[in-house]
Amino acid sequence: MEWETVIGLEIHAQLATKSKIFSGASTTYGSEPNTQACAVDLGLPGVLPVINKEVVSMAVKFGVAIGAIIPERSVFARKNYFYPDLPKGYQISQFEHPIVSRGNIEIELEDGTTKTVGVTRAHLEEDAGKSMHDGFGDNTGIDLNRAGTPLLEIVSEPDMRNAKEAVAYMKKIHSIVRYLEICDGNMQEGSFRCDANVSVRPKGQKEYGTRAELKNINSFRFVETAINIEVERQIDLIEEGGSVLQETRLYDANKNETRSMRSKEEANDYRYFPDPDLLPIDIEASFIEQIKSELPELPDAKKQRFINDFNLSEYDSGVLTAQKEMADYFETCVKAANGESKLSSNWITGELAASLNKANKDINDSPVSAEMLGGMVKRIKDDTISGKIAKQVFEAMWNAEGDADAIIESKGLKQVTDTGAIEKLVEDVIANSPDQVAQYQAAPEEKQGKLIGYFVGQIMKQSQGKANPKQVNELLKVKLKS
Amino acid sequence: MHQSTLAQLSAALESKQISSEELTRLYLDRCKKFNESLNCFITINEDEALEKAKQADKQRAENKHTSLTGIPVAQKDIFCTNGIKTSCGSKMLDNFIAPYDATVIEKMNAAGFVTLGKTNMDEFAMGSTNETSFYGPVKNPWDSERVPGGSSGGSASAVAARLSPVATGTDTGGSIRQPASLCGITGLKPTYGRVSRYGMIAFASSLDQGGPMTQTAEDAALMMNVIAGFDERDSTSAEQPIDDYTEKLNDSIEGLKIGLPKEYFSEGLDSNIAKIIEDGIKELEKLGATCKEIELPNTELSIPAYYVVAPAECSSNLSRFDGVRFGYRCDEPKDLSDLYTRSRGEGFGKEVKRRIMIGAYVLSAGYYDAYYLQAQKIRRLIRDDFQNSFKDVDVIAGPTATGTAFKLNEMMDDPVSMYLSDIYTVSVNLAGLPALSMPAGFVNKLPVGMQLIGNYFEESKLLNIAHQFQQATDHHQQIPEGFE
Repeated sequence: MEWETVIGLEIHAQLATKSKIFSGASTTYGSEPNTQACAVDLGLPGVLPVINKEVVSMAVKFGVAIGAIIPERSVFARKNYFYPDLPKGYQISQFEHPIVSRGNIEIELEDGTTKTVGVTRAHLEEDAGKSMHDGFGDNTGIDLNRAGTPLLEIVSEPDMRNAKEAVAYMKKIHSIVRYLEICDGNMQEGSFRCDANVSVRPKGQKEYGTRAELKNINSFRFVETAINIEVERQIDLIEEGGSVLQETRLYDANKNETRSMRSKEEANDYRYFPDPDLLPIDIEASFIEQIKSELPELPDAKKQRFINDFNLSEYDSGVLTAQKEMADYFETCVKAANGESKLSSNWITGELAASLNKANKDINDSPVSAEMLGGMVKRIKDDTISGKIAKQVFEAMWNAEGDADAIIESKGLKQVTDTGAIEKLVEDVIANSPDQVAQYQAAPEEKQGKLIGYFVGQIMKQSQGKANPKQVNELLKVKLKS
Repeated sequence: MHQSTLAQLSAALESKQISSEELTRLYLDRCKKFNESLNCFITINEDEALEKAKQADKQRAENKHTSLTGIPVAQKDIFCTNGIKTSCGSKMLDNFIAPYDATVIEKMNAAGFVTLGKTNMDEFAMGSTNETSFYGPVKNPWDSERVPGGSSGGSASAVAARLSPVATGTDTGGSIRQPASLCGITGLKPTYGRVSRYGMIAFASSLDQGGPMTQTAEDAALMMNVIAGFDERDSTSAEQPIDDYTEKLNDSIEGLKIGLPKEYFSEGLDSNIAKIIEDGIKELEKLGATCKEIELPNTELSIPAYYVVAPAECSSNLSRFDGVRFGYRCDEPKDLSDLYTRSRGEGFGKEVKRRIMIGAYVLSAGYYDAYYLQAQKIRRLIRDDFQNSFKDVDVIAGPTATGTAFKLNEMMDDPVSMYLSDIYTVSVNLAGLPALSMPAGFVNKLPVGMQLIGNYFEESKLLNIAHQFQQATDHHQQIPEGFE
């Protein structure tokens, strides 16, 4: 039987506020346990939550960016359950009335087509603390630094049909929240993570199959593998005559498997009800307008502009605009390169991206600044150096040896464009290679192009790569004819 | 001196007739002497109080004082007090030393009040008799066989016995007004949001409201001037500016229109109480008020609605008492589940558990619509009833409680009767209105309170009427035998 996969994602984006959602405590990551938990975060008797207004702006910003409906009123609700790292015995979240209602996300598929994925809702909530099982003997340690950190939970429609689409969707949301500067997107630190609802059904069937929820996946790669493993598990199960249970499962990246955490029967009844300690959030149309007017250029628009203004391919533009910092880098680089966009794009998506990747560095921490790279591209463009020499220059810049001009100067990498000098080199090579010359001259014209490579290679070697290859070629053709 | 009101004590301190230290010592001696029989204090802060009194005297000497600097007060043990045990009447918090001051406490400290101690109360303010306290029942100074009412019974008893000139209370369904009525003192529940709830241990967040428990309306006004006002730490506190609550005390009530809800004078009311309230109303008429019968048709729904909303909120509010971070923790828990069940099972009393269970039930899947949502609808109906009435009348008057103080143990095995006795008070909390109880007379030597209900933020009007009433009557000046 042919199976169809149905996937919906719940993404938790930690909002990049300085203080927590309901208290003044700092949200800085990685501090000593319990040093960033105030009376409110500890859930001491008598304390009350007060909404951090920044959080509301950020959520609305997201809603506006995805063209979502922003309801006039949203309400905080209490989700009641007991857990040691949940200080109040309830999590303040939103239930019936989220701050962001229906919106849409466009994703690009591998075949180059686009697909719309619906966003059901996005709601605000507070994060819980952390339980620590190591170092406390038989006991569990509780760190409440994270308790009360603001989260935006973005819930998609079950619109995705394979793991790749899910990854594309997650990457798109990641890109948008970072463009909006409402989330740092740091997945190692858990600032951006997701739960995936996965089910399968026979192709053509309308009803959804029973879904399993894969919890807390914190990398794009894991999303893809976890979903694929889960889909395989479900299909195998059904084909062997079994049925999928509605349950929460955990993806174990080490063992590369998903395993059951709790079944539907064991699921909590969260006893949601509106939080009486907090007033409903009323959003005025003028506030939405203001947010709209302040919205930065978003990835889709930027991508289109790059295609139009810089004459880039759809693919290159997509790569360059996925991350705002990358797009900014590109624009700065082009400017420094006197408008040379194609070469800039090639260098950024090629050599620079590879080097960053290898060094496990972010574009923000690139040792080669956009201005420096642009300066180098300018020198390729004006024939000061060849593309091949540029690799040396780049490497030197990466190693902090200075900017392109300084390196070209100090290493003497300037291309030889003096016709006399090149002519001398050409003549020497021809004189020293009588066999190759004879072979070249005997060959039919269409084969000569290939044979000329030998002479070019020799000359470049002699000139340590500095001879202008174009000049060398032209001159060779003339000299070899006679 | 201990029979003096806040206003009189302020004058005595101002004229240097007495020092704060002497005054504080005098009250502390009374507290220590009578607490054994009345049990109205959970904690008496002798050392801190005397220290604070000395500071107050110094401030007065240096002319850095308010008119209330150096006057003793008793704080209900539901308000968090920095460095002082804050038990909320529960074993669960018997070991809890609050690390911060509630806003009400902070404001009273800033005004120079000297905290004598923390008063006894029904556990987590759940009860109408003060018998659910982990620290044992409080006795009514008018009759030691009887309860003071609840949940602010310790505060009511302390003020009635003049162990403290004034006290704080909190009122979720009548917990200021009912004990005020049963102990013969004045108690004001302000408009919801008028007094900050920050640091006041939550019972039912949408109903809880702190307020003054005093001998006179004037004292209540003086206290309101200190404790009322917007607090940015409480999102539900009202941003509306506060009155000078003493400003209108002496206004004439000529022409005042009083509404008498026919539902408040129906068969449920003891005839002796009815007589006292009718006499009280005649007194107000003598002062120039006119009366009119009104209808509050949804009154009888207020009890069931209240006993859905309040437990629902309490079941969630009390979840934080889990033995993990503070408060009672059971001995040697086997595992997490054991830690929870035994800590909560052993730490909470019967009435609290009953309400948590009711609350969890009405919020659970499948019952939420039938109970919680329905109760919220009733709440709107009740609010609308009041708003309709206030189109015709300025204030609503009636009894505060269905009877005088109950005998000890009379209600303990019959929670439903106890719940029903809140009939005149709970609808006010459901609507969020201000209401006051003032002494109106005695039945068999037991005090009876009259309740005045005002429109939103009309505390000044209620205090004005009560003050005028107290200028013409002396019920509020009666002191129980043995405490004169």
